[in-house]
Amino acid sequence: MAKFRMHLLVCGGSTCRSSESDLIAESLRREIEEKGLQAEVQVIMTGCFGLCGKGPVVRVMPDNAFYVGVKPEDAPVIVAEHVIKGRRVQRLLYAGTAGKEPVSDPKHNGFHRKQIRIALRNCGFINPEDIDEYIARDGYAALGRCLTEMSPAQVVEQIKLSGLRGRGGGGFPTGLKWEIASRNKADQKYVVCNADEGDPGAFMDRSVLEGDPHSVLEAMAICGYAIGATQGLIYIRAEYPLAIQRLKTAIKQARDYGLLGEQILGTNFMFDIEMRYGAGAFVCGEETALIHSMEGERGEPTNKPPFPAESGFLGKPTNVNNVETLASVPVIINKGAGWFSSIGTEKSKGTKVFALAGKINNVGLIEVPMGTTLREVIFEIGGGIKNGRKFKAVQTGGPSGGCLTEKHLDIAIDFDNLIAAGSMMGSGGMIVMDEDDCMVSVAKFFLEFTVEESCGKCSPCRIGNKRLHELLTHITKGNGTMADLERLRNMSLVIKDTSLCGLGQSSPNPVLSTLANFMDEYVAHVSEKKCPSGQCRDLMRYTIIYDKCVGCTACARACPVNAISGERKEVHFIDQDKCIKCGACFEKCKFAAVLIN
Amino acid sequence: METVKLTIDNKQIEVNKGTTLLKAAHRLGVEIPTLCHMELHDLNIENKPGGCRICVVEVQGRRNLAPACITKCEEGMTIKTHNARVLNARRTVMEFILSDHPKDCLICPKSGHCDLQDMANRLGIREIPGHEIAEMSTYRKDTSPSIIRELDKCIMCRRCEMMCNEVQTVGALSAVNRGFMAVVAPAFEQNLEYSPCTYCGQCVAVCPTGALTEVDHTRDVLRALVDPSKTVVVQTAPAVRAALGEEFGMKPGTLVTGKLVAALKALGFDYVFDTDFAADLTIMEEGTELLTRLGKHLKGEPDANIPILTSCCPGWVNFFEHNYPELKDVPSTAKSPQQMFGAIAKTYFADKISVKRQDMVVVSIMPCLAKKYESQRPEFAVDGNPDVDFSISTRELAAFIKQANIDFNDLPDMDFDRPLGESSGAAVIFGNTGGVIEAAVRTAFEIYTGKKLSRLDFTELRGMEGVRQATIDFNGFPLSIGIAHGLGNARKLLDEVKAGRSKFHAIEVMACPGGCIGGGGQPLHHGDSSILKARAKAIYEEDKNKPIRVSHENPYILQLYKEFLGEPNSEKAHHLLHTHYFDRKAKIIIKK
Repeated sequence: MAKFRMHLLVCGGSTCRSSESDLIAESLRREIEEKGLQAEVQVIMTGCFGLCGKGPVVRVMPDNAFYVGVKPEDAPVIVAEHVIKGRRVQRLLYAGTAGKEPVSDPKHNGFHRKQIRIALRNCGFINPEDIDEYIARDGYAALGRCLTEMSPAQVVEQIKLSGLRGRGGGGFPTGLKWEIASRNKADQKYVVCNADEGDPGAFMDRSVLEGDPHSVLEAMAICGYAIGATQGLIYIRAEYPLAIQRLKTAIKQARDYGLLGEQILGTNFMFDIEMRYGAGAFVCGEETALIHSMEGERGEPTNKPPFPAESGFLGKPTNVNNVETLASVPVIINKGAGWFSSIGTEKSKGTKVFALAGKINNVGLIEVPMGTTLREVIFEIGGGIKNGRKFKAVQTGGPSGGCLTEKHLDIAIDFDNLIAAGSMMGSGGMIVMDEDDCMVSVAKFFLEFTVEESCGKCSPCRIGNKRLHELLTHITKGNGTMADLERLRNMSLVIKDTSLCGLGQSSPNPVLSTLANFMDEYVAHVSEKKCPSGQCRDLMRYTIIYDKCVGCTACARACPVNAISGERKEVHFIDQDKCIKCGACFEKCKFAAVLIN
Repeated sequence: METVKLTIDNKQIEVNKGTTLLKAAHRLGVEIPTLCHMELHDLNIENKPGGCRICVVEVQGRRNLAPACITKCEEGMTIKTHNARVLNARRTVMEFILSDHPKDCLICPKSGHCDLQDMANRLGIREIPGHEIAEMSTYRKDTSPSIIRELDKCIMCRRCEMMCNEVQTVGALSAVNRGFMAVVAPAFEQNLEYSPCTYCGQCVAVCPTGALTEVDHTRDVLRALVDPSKTVVVQTAPAVRAALGEEFGMKPGTLVTGKLVAALKALGFDYVFDTDFAADLTIMEEGTELLTRLGKHLKGEPDANIPILTSCCPGWVNFFEHNYPELKDVPSTAKSPQQMFGAIAKTYFADKISVKRQDMVVVSIMPCLAKKYESQRPEFAVDGNPDVDFSISTRELAAFIKQANIDFNDLPDMDFDRPLGESSGAAVIFGNTGGVIEAAVRTAFEIYTGKKLSRLDFTELRGMEGVRQATIDFNGFPLSIGIAHGLGNARKLLDEVKAGRSKFHAIEVMACPGGCIGGGGQPLHHGDSSILKARAKAIYEEDKNKPIRVSHENPYILQLYKEFLGEPNSEKAHHLLHTHYFDRKAKIIIKK
């Protein structure tokens, strides 16, 4: 590999690419060539840096300068000032949190300080399309170690000792899963990587696959060795074209290097990987549904047992692990189970990647040790609530997680604590809500997703979720009663209790957690017919304040449905039956005479 | 066998490992309600998607309730089947299902036979909370020649899908759409008509609700009966007499032949005949064809077309036309008994009683829904006038009898009219799997060997196993026979024929599990396979009690040949009693 004095790392994740980060890289390369620096300075497209909300991001190494919001036209400045003169471009440096001084070294800013990157260790650091860069970061060393120094049982033992639990949502101990699969005898076994990331707003798996595909391939081979499988399959949704392309490149490179295929690293171990594409059904993230989809069947779950480890793909023992889980495996082998299990809480070891979204300053991807509190994540790493608004709730665990509140902020995040609080880890989505959010509407929003994504196999999920959504809609329209709230609760509990798979067993969580934590908002909707956050349009009422109206007729002219009447220079009046609550009068009035309640 | 001990509703039980909670509870007399689950034990057919969630029970120590139909017993389990949590969950789930089901029970064709209605009653559901705001999943109604699909009533039990795909391997039905709009339908929600559907009706036979029903032709029949210008002739298939009684509260397996004739006469049919007569005729034609082909085969002639396949079953005919068009010359060219009857009734018999073809209406009473489609095939009509005008199912006949204020149980036994009402025991057993080939063997043996059979009961051809085989000694020549019932089993034998590996000389296929006694038009068995066994037994009993037990001794058949047809397989017989088959692969189309 050639040596360079300086590396310009341009984020090549899907988010930054959608803001033309590839053009930035191109411009930087052109500038560098124009200045004749191509032998000393290299421009690399890497995986995701995590600070997606501030993208596109460019990092200059070894100076560790972190530029955000970069545009292609910034390339000449970066090259002229930083690359040539060694002066950081102050206006592009990440400011930590709003209003503070720019921070040149990401180690010292709030976003990065408390993060530990294990699954994302190479994301934003190496060129994901170059296997040599992965190898330079100890890539495939763990596989080598397993094949030459460890027995399959020892590998399983290491994973068990590490305390690694499934990152896809279930939190099932990974080592135990491997052990069961290794015990079941069969002529063929399969290792499946579940890359069917479906939670809206979640993109940790995509980022790992885009930023560090080899870590997943290596882990799958390790798993194959541990459980006695020779075939790996990656089930990935077709909506991830960049991840698919990088995986394909990585698989080819690994085969060329003899790291996949026959006689890997000169041993008798053989293992290869194929790709399977999903059509984007959320339920196909459930492992039995995923397997059916790979088999060409309808993507719907079946009862467990039998577990895939006994009878999975094509009826053979199959080990299904999520991308993030797999990405942690090589590090565990390299650094030891003891090192990994020293991070985290008693029952949840290591780190977890979260996708921060919603009303939070640092929208993006973070990886923190288990046991980090919600407060640290939201207010330190996340940089607090947008526009200085007040924090109201955080939804963890994706669409079927629960909404946690102020009183839960000091909970140490791990699998068990989140469940105890009425939510769940899920795959790591975290949606932050502020005081403007109506919690009944939030529950309705999430239900809309699960109604859409239910496979329809079992009655409680197929029909029950629809009924929940209908009742929530009914309530947000001001037609609910107190008895409806009890019915909402009962339906939710029964759907959880009787549904066939994890989707239905968790889909009512947004309803149950908002009922538990925001009962007052529900009561306001049903008994006072008011939406405290002013989000439910049907419950809003626009009126004209008698004393303030000067009769300018601006509102009447703005009203699209002629709901406002009144003579010039006389007080105007809004006909509530005609009003469609569009808010045009409120915006037009220069005298603050229109009142919303 | 390893056993496990567990406690269900405070009662201890020890069961074999692998037993489901549902079966273990049943042994203790605890009947856990089920809806989607269905098992035809003797036929090895089971539907258990675990989808309806009505059978949920509490397993101590588990977070969620477990479906009893698919959860296996484990050592030390403690199960509660009716505590407050379980009962509330079961009721709520049932309310969900009902909230998405039309409430038109009063006029639903399945009313009174509906598993969902029974369950609502059993669980004491008296209201459906929130139904005023509950949206229903609605679909386009689909009417095919045999089957009506009213999917608003589908509860996604998947029984039809299991029958169509796993048992019949027809593949016309599968789950489509997702979530609230998920439903079982042909691909792309196509009409059944453009799918590979064979109209075997097994989907209808297992549908717990009114989602799948037969096309009702009883009003057409009534119209013919009241028309003074029409002479209405009715034929009844063998399997009908072994099942019709069930619709009137009789024990399964009660033979009601005499009452059936009396009821048809009371309904006003001018001539009450028996499809069995035509079954005897089929044996004459098909048996002769078998012997001809066999003769060629023994001489080593290339166009022998051995094995010969039976062709009585219209579901089976549709199946090979859709799936094995390249083999369309292999089945016997003999028409089915229903169509032979129609062809003879509207020629030979019409002449005899001096009625013009267009003034005669032939009605068939069939255990079958594919017969409806068969009767409508254009090749079975003369100048647009069909040989069989209307085919109605056993169930439709029962409803018709009830509408006509006939007290079926009180009817005297009456005899079929002559000449098309006389039949042999060989014809009766056409209703059971293995029956057609047994009847053919009885006749073919005596013709081939010139000897009288010393025994008429070929028990080696009988039974409920899906694929059976037997070798019959034809005077030193071992005639190898294969039998399949259920189209999935037929596929196995057909694949061998296609690959040139079949060792059989003759193969009988019936589309429905159990044969016609388990047909798609029969009274619903509700998953009780003992009903099918009782019907089969009744059919063999009827055979035993017949004075004539081989087709070629039926005097009216002999008379028919003498007066009208000449010889079996004669030119006239070929014209009236034989047919040919079509490649229907092209009929399966994707229409937008």
